[in-house]
Amino acid sequence: MASVSLLFVTLLSVTLYINIKSFILWDQSQTFLPSLSDSVLMDRRFPFKVLEHIFSFVDSNEDRNSVSLVCKSWFETERRTRKRVFVGNCYAVSPLKVARRFPKMRSLTLKGKPHFADYNLVPDGWGGYAWPWIEAMAARRPLLEEIRLKRMVVTDECLEKIAASFRDFKSLVLTSCEGFSTDGIAAIASTCRKLRNLELRECIVDDLGGDWLSYFPETSTSLVSLDFSCLDSEVKLSDLERLLSRSPNLKSLKLNRSVTLDVLESLLRRAPQLVELGTGSFSDELDPEEISKLTKALSELKQLKSLSGLWDLLPEYIPVLYSVCPRLTSLNLSYATVQMPDLIDLLSRCSKLQKLWVMDLIEDKGLKTVALCCKELRELRVFPSGADLDETDVTLTEQGLVSVSEGCQKLESVLYFCVQFTNAALVSIAKNRPNFRCFRLCVMEPFAPDYRTQQPLDEGFKAIVERCKDLRRLSVSGLLTDKAFEYIGVHAKKLRMLSIAFAGDSDLMLHHLLSGCESLKKLEIRDCPFGDTALLENAAKLETMRSLWMSSCFVSFGACKQLSQKMPRLNVEVIDEHPPKTRPDSSPVERIYIYRTVAGPRLDTPEFVWTIHKKPEVGVSRLAIR
Amino acid sequence: MAYEKVNELNLKDTELRLGLPGTEQVKEEQDVSCVRSNKRQLQSDNEEESTTPPAKTQIVGWPPVRSYRKNSNNNNSVSYVKVSMDGAPYLRKIDLKTYKNYAELLKALENMFKFTIGEYCEREGYKGSEVVPTYEDKDGDWMLVGDVPWDMFSSSCKRLRIMKGSDALALDSAL
Repeated sequence: MASVSLLFVTLLSVTLYINIKSFILWDQSQTFLPSLSDSVLMDRRFPFKVLEHIFSFVDSNEDRNSVSLVCKSWFETERRTRKRVFVGNCYAVSPLKVARRFPKMRSLTLKGKPHFADYNLVPDGWGGYAWPWIEAMAARRPLLEEIRLKRMVVTDECLEKIAASFRDFKSLVLTSCEGFSTDGIAAIASTCRKLRNLELRECIVDDLGGDWLSYFPETSTSLVSLDFSCLDSEVKLSDLERLLSRSPNLKSLKLNRSVTLDVLESLLRRAPQLVELGTGSFSDELDPEEISKLTKALSELKQLKSLSGLWDLLPEYIPVLYSVCPRLTSLNLSYATVQMPDLIDLLSRCSKLQKLWVMDLIEDKGLKTVALCCKELRELRVFPSGADLDETDVTLTEQGLVSVSEGCQKLESVLYFCVQFTNAALVSIAKNRPNFRCFRLCVMEPFAPDYRTQQPLDEGFKAIVERCKDLRRLSVSGLLTDKAFEYIGVHAKKLRMLSIAFAGDSDLMLHHLLSGCESLKKLEIRDCPFGDTALLENAAKLETMRSLWMSSCFVSFGACKQLSQKMPRLNVEVIDEHPPKTRPDSSPVERIYIYRTVAGPRLDTPEFVWTIHKKPEVGVSRLAIR
Repeated sequence: MAYEKVNELNLKDTELRLGLPGTEQVKEEQDVSCVRSNKRQLQSDNEEESTTPPAKTQIVGWPPVRSYRKNSNNNNSVSYVKVSMDGAPYLRKIDLKTYKNYAELLKALENMFKFTIGEYCEREGYKGSEVVPTYEDKDGDWMLVGDVPWDMFSSSCKRLRIMKGSDALALDSAL
């Protein structure tokens, strides 16, 4: 149905006049009278009600953004019917504008810090505060039901505000967020009576104890998913047991590490309907009777499709998991410190597996088993087990990934950490799997060439981008010259996100990317030897992208100023310990973060972030403003 | 604006410097990433084997693993050591914390590398075995596995080496 109405919509749009870019149209929309009268709306080719009905089938926000560009009445109809709002950069637009634009908003998703914040490249205090958004929505959109935040600073105040303001609040999903404590979580648990989802994914939480769990209402809860895997402290077993007993709709439960193995059986007995389970620690001593009980409890989870947690999994407990393996579509073993033979034992039973996260302990041999047994595999992530770069595990090589690419026809997403690689392997992988959508290879040795031929990995990545026509996301590594980026610019036409570290020779590299990659939305670069010329030459491109991050490159302060003055709708942020104006214009800055915005420079920058002023007539001494 | 292809060794042309052209490059005040200076080093050493940059383990945010994951893996409950066996092409890795005593460890090594080991005795070591398990301790000395109590061993062992053949006999007779 959706495709039929989209076709209909597309046909219509051909006959209508398509004009300005969405941001500008949206900006101008603020001049529309808030009460656009019905008669004006009725005066279009299709009455509002018909359009509204058609648009209700348009789910994806990308499609909705296109729809809103067609003409004013479509813009109006679309904005009044959009329920799920996604803002990829919380500084690209003001909360007030978003609140006003979408009166029927029920779900809001926001992303804050740049992706490289995950790797400690963004200093603490940079920004990404949730409060202005929560405040704005609380005042204007009290019917909001869902808030999903990624890489944002969320305080207890925010959580309390959410609990107090949205009476139908159903879903809170925080990914890689920080700034709040378990008190805030308690507020949500106790006040949001209709709560369905409470998920804390890899957040940094000020853990004041496990009491928060007891704050859920005493009567039955409407919980569907609960994820507290990132918390440290112990929760009371009795609290957890009682919660599970009164949460009949719970489908997804992810425990934290401090939930010990001996209590798992008792929990599972109270939630046999689980579809997703994240266990706690899997390493305590159990006697044979306990083991047998646990095995039985796991086998009773007839709907279980996803298994994670498994911290410190001991080899002797692998058989306990046998019964769930044949049904699993998702398995996260990336915290399970078991060796290859045990992994093989487990994975050879997982014939339905679609998603596998594992550590490099799996070795090439283990991946060969995956290639043989897990024919449904779509996503593979292999993480390094060694803490330091010194701890190189030679038994995971490029061959592992080659095997999986050969055996798993449906494989489309890969994240692979490996010490070194070869062009030949990359070429094989590309030939085997032209259906990659996401290819992230991290050769852990910076500047490592093809270890057999000593050549750069240019040819290998060329094969990847040439053959994988649908590639959306790419991370490159190893020794790469400008040539590699010329290939990427020429071939990777659907590429949206690209991550680069320690690569390239000159400005040409950036030039190839910015002039060639038509669909590029996010570009993040660290430690590459170029900057100014390519940036200024391709300034217009930056407005078509969400953001550009560059750290430890050769971008001068002068170029930042020029860029900012040239492009009114870009925020050019210089993140530097030393005030840029105390150094010559030619001196390189530590980090820059450039993003398009209709909100102007932000006002919450810390002392180490400098947003370049737009007006050249403002004198040199005041060119950088805080 | 015409682009000239820049020779990959010729970084100097695109290099931003403080100071006038022709003068020595002034040491940069900020030292955000030691790898930048390492890169120049590697480029000029093009002819030689690329050596490990000395500050490899100090690169901020590299490898790109989330700190959440690094912290999870970095705690006390895992203790990986490399195990090499003379004549075997690959090294292996084991987590010492999964074993409670020497018997378990030796059994696991026997399984991993397909050898049999004799009985340990304090006076004569592993007499009669085809292999001798040794380890490198915190001080960098190579020791015989089994001499010290298990706990002391598991906290001081940095890596293991299974010696065989003539090396083993030499060690044996030295005891």
